[in-house]
Amino acid sequence: MADVTASDGALRRFLHGLPGVDPVGLEGRAAALGTRSIKTTAKAYAIDLAISMIDLTTLEGADTPGKVRALCAKALNPDPTDRTTPRTAAICVYPDMVATAAEAVRGSDVKVASVATAFPAGRAALPVKLADTKDAVAAGADEVDMVIDRGAFLAGRYLKVFEEIKAVKAACRREDGTAARLKVIFETGELSTYDNIRRASWLGMLAGADFIKTSTGKVAVNATPANTLLMLEAVRDFHALTGVQVGVKPAGGIRTTKDALKFLVLVNETVGEEWLTNEWFRFGASSLLNDLLMQRQKLSTGRYSGPDYVTVD
Amino acid sequence: MASLFEYAPAPESRAVVDIAPSYGLFIDGEFREASDGRVFKTVSPSTEEVLSEVAQATEADVDAAVKAARKAFETWSALPGSERAKYLFRIARIIQERSRELAVLETLDNGKPIKETRDADLPLVAAHFFYYAGWADKLEHAGFGPNPRPLGVAGQVIPWNFPLLMLAWKIAPALAAGNTVVLKPAETTPLSALFFADICRQAGLPKGVVNILTGDGSTGAALVAHEGIAKVAFTGSTAVGKAIARTVAGTDKKLTLELGGKGANIVFDDAPIDQAVEGIVHGIFFNQGQVCCAGSRLLVQESIQDELLDALKRRMSTLRVGDPLDKNTDVGAINSAEQLARITELADSGTAEGAERWAPACELPSSGYWFAPTLFTNVTQAHRIAREEIFGPVLSVLTFRTPAEAVAKANNSQYGLSAGIWTEKGSRMLAVASKLRAGVVWANTFNKFDPTSPFGGYKESGFGREGGRHGLEAYLDV
Amino acid sequence: MSERLSVFKTYKLFVGGKFPRSESGRVYEVTDSKGNWLANAPLSSRKDGRDAVVAARKAFSAWSGATAYNRGQILYRVAEMLEGRRDQFVAEVADAEGLSKAKAAAQVDAAIDRWVWYAGWTDKIAQIAGGTNPVAGPFFNVSSPEPTGVVAVVAPQASSFLGLVSVIAPVIAAGNTVVVVASEKAPLPALSLGEVLATSDVPGGVVNILSGRAAEIMPSLAAHQDVNAIDLAGAGAELATELEAAAADNLKRVLRPQAVDWVAAPGTGRLMAFLETKTVWHPTGSLGAGGSSY
Repeated sequence: MADVTASDGALRRFLHGLPGVDPVGLEGRAAALGTRSIKTTAKAYAIDLAISMIDLTTLEGADTPGKVRALCAKALNPDPTDRTTPRTAAICVYPDMVATAAEAVRGSDVKVASVATAFPAGRAALPVKLADTKDAVAAGADEVDMVIDRGAFLAGRYLKVFEEIKAVKAACRREDGTAARLKVIFETGELSTYDNIRRASWLGMLAGADFIKTSTGKVAVNATPANTLLMLEAVRDFHALTGVQVGVKPAGGIRTTKDALKFLVLVNETVGEEWLTNEWFRFGASSLLNDLLMQRQKLSTGRYSGPDYVTVD
Repeated sequence: MASLFEYAPAPESRAVVDIAPSYGLFIDGEFREASDGRVFKTVSPSTEEVLSEVAQATEADVDAAVKAARKAFETWSALPGSERAKYLFRIARIIQERSRELAVLETLDNGKPIKETRDADLPLVAAHFFYYAGWADKLEHAGFGPNPRPLGVAGQVIPWNFPLLMLAWKIAPALAAGNTVVLKPAETTPLSALFFADICRQAGLPKGVVNILTGDGSTGAALVAHEGIAKVAFTGSTAVGKAIARTVAGTDKKLTLELGGKGANIVFDDAPIDQAVEGIVHGIFFNQGQVCCAGSRLLVQESIQDELLDALKRRMSTLRVGDPLDKNTDVGAINSAEQLARITELADSGTAEGAERWAPACELPSSGYWFAPTLFTNVTQAHRIAREEIFGPVLSVLTFRTPAEAVAKANNSQYGLSAGIWTEKGSRMLAVASKLRAGVVWANTFNKFDPTSPFGGYKESGFGREGGRHGLEAYLDV
Repeated sequence: MSERLSVFKTYKLFVGGKFPRSESGRVYEVTDSKGNWLANAPLSSRKDGRDAVVAARKAFSAWSGATAYNRGQILYRVAEMLEGRRDQFVAEVADAEGLSKAKAAAQVDAAIDRWVWYAGWTDKIAQIAGGTNPVAGPFFNVSSPEPTGVVAVVAPQASSFLGLVSVIAPVIAAGNTVVVVASEKAPLPALSLGEVLATSDVPGGVVNILSGRAAEIMPSLAAHQDVNAIDLAGAGAELATELEAAAADNLKRVLRPQAVDWVAAPGTGRLMAFLETKTVWHPTGSLGAGGSSY
């Protein structure tokens, strides 16, 4: 695949040669999968799986070490009344909170993910973005969630976006030769069309993304079943072509168990069980966790739970 | 395929529907036994369980029903259109209210998945009555002259693949235009029409306006031959359609026929592939492929054949075949042992004639009538499976090299009901659509239906249109 | 000085834009209403019918694919050509139908005007017979009429020219091609019409005119698998029933015989009878990937 990224022209020809996306058909398929009825044992399995896939997120200007530590505690022990509840996959914070988070989850399998590259707008010079990334990795981030330069993408400067992702990927390397896993955020709501989302997905994967991620959660349209389905199709096809597995992370707007289950159905019926693990699928979410916990309590007790029976952090 | 994420059974409750042990004929607003007392059983195709016993209507019963309809015609046709409209609106609303019950009933009697009866059949049934209700007092604006008149009694014979939806397609425009009807549901799926009789009762529809006769082919033959009917509407096989056309030759009976098909689904190399795969799957496996407009011939451009077939097989492997009442079932039971035998025979001919057969691994239930979703490659135009309507979940894959070849192959059929086109190039889509000899062309989609959209075939797929303004013509003296 | 001896016309069929004799070599005597010999007309065979269907099928693709404007121009050209040969047709119709010159002229004038009427319909029929349908979903849905194909027509028996024009003009205006069996007793105006069509830019094969016995020619046309529709305008009840039954073999569209006043305004019924409605769906969808724009 190296030749397709040899020049701006070659990359453009490749990306524009990808099959088009019919929006109505895509949304229709996503909606049809949304009618799957997930009950009893399947629901119990899916709720635990969903909890284990959450990147529990706080990305506020008002974040403090105290807030981050509380969230880490929640990630480590989501339901104090039921120790069988799985932990979330990761905690997701701004770079300056990485050290606090890393300290809080140390010794557990909960990862620390950090947004970087002038999140959420991505409007900064490349050296600034790389410094942002290196800072997060140095502070102990296991994973980096970068944003692409949507302006460059929409202007058709695909090679610039490609080179930037590659540079950030390089900045994720640690001195010991290991590297933080790189999630590439497209901000699908700003890319606007499904054709663009498919092209961005391939662009990101070609540049070395470990995960492709829908959105920052900071714009009007974030993760939807349709854009996530489309990205799952992209990782499926990329895997078939190159043998390289890439993860998918929908983020923003997924708040209920019902929503989360629909996304898991998309994963199950599009890419299958190889992706049904937090190694390859994540939810970028915060309030989703409590709804999953309440549903989990309902399944184990038979009673509907309420917000006072889960922790507010 | 065993998966980590196994969906637990999610059966829709049968409790919402109460099926009586036996049903009579609905004539002149009353249920009555057949004149000779004969009955036949209707079974659930997914389990072979007997659901009920229904009456086998005789010629005398046909005569009684037509007379009742004729008598009702005098008052029904004289009603102001606005009053007829309100009856039809009532029926539409009652169908909406009882849609879950009717969906479960239809799934039991037909074998199709509850997902389809719930999300496709029943919403379309209600929408169809709602649409034609609005026409009842606007007929003079329909483009058929200033004073369009109803014809009289319509004799209507419908198939088993969409029992209640085909009833709606027949009864709604007929009543809106001021006709009265005698309708015969298919032998294997009589129940939803009998429940519809109860809906007519709840709506307060005058006696005799709708009459329902259950029975086999002999009942249908007696109905279309009856001198008292002014209009014959039939949906079903081309062979029976031809026989009906001969029966009505030389009479004044108006005739519309919606018959078989062998729809070509044409996929060009610039198609939106993932959506095309969905469209192909929906085109041939929706309702177990028992759809007259099914996309049963896949015409794929040679240059993308391998890629497309890989994707199609992968997608077919995720189809969930089984209990039609399970909300996650994608493919249900074949409607009858007879139909299963026909599908089996034709599929076997495909193998015998040298086509390559493929089906995903799937476990079929041990009782009932089942056929796994099946794909044939290396099919040529000469194979039976490329020419004959299979009416089952069997897809024949052929290839083409150029748009002109695609059109020539698509049109090379005695039928002309439906076709599909998949391409991202607008001019190609329009050019191909204009050359296809088919009554419904789905471009970048497939198997979509709407009450406002005329439906019907070219060539031996029949004549006349159902749906839309065009659908009124069949029931008006124009 | 003796009166000049006139030159008789040999009446021939009009098939595929050419003027063949019947392949059978047969003719029959055509007389006026008083029994005086007028001409020998070809007595067409079933094979002539078959040849005509081949010609009509060959012409169908280009004719149905021509623009409606172009078809309108050509039909109007037929009216222009007829106008110039008005006197000939008045004489032929007067002889054929036993009419006074004035009454025959009225028939011919009405026939010319009928071509004009249908010439104007070619580019309007789609607008009244078709249209977009407001389906409940993100789809553009449009229905448009298309010609049925090859139509075999039994021309009216009594109205040898106006009746003939009234049945073939709507068929070809809609884009079909036609094989017409002229009035058995009065075929000469029909055969002469072929000469007009040949000089009116009507492509060969679009109209094919046979003379002879409908009862002999039509059964094989009604059963012909490559004929898409039949118009039984001039068939008696018994023949019509036989032909309709034969037409069921490939489900031809059938226009049954009915009482028609050929002079009266024709309406659109005969245009609509030989049209198929094609409905095309295409997704419209949203402008963006938000999923909420429609």
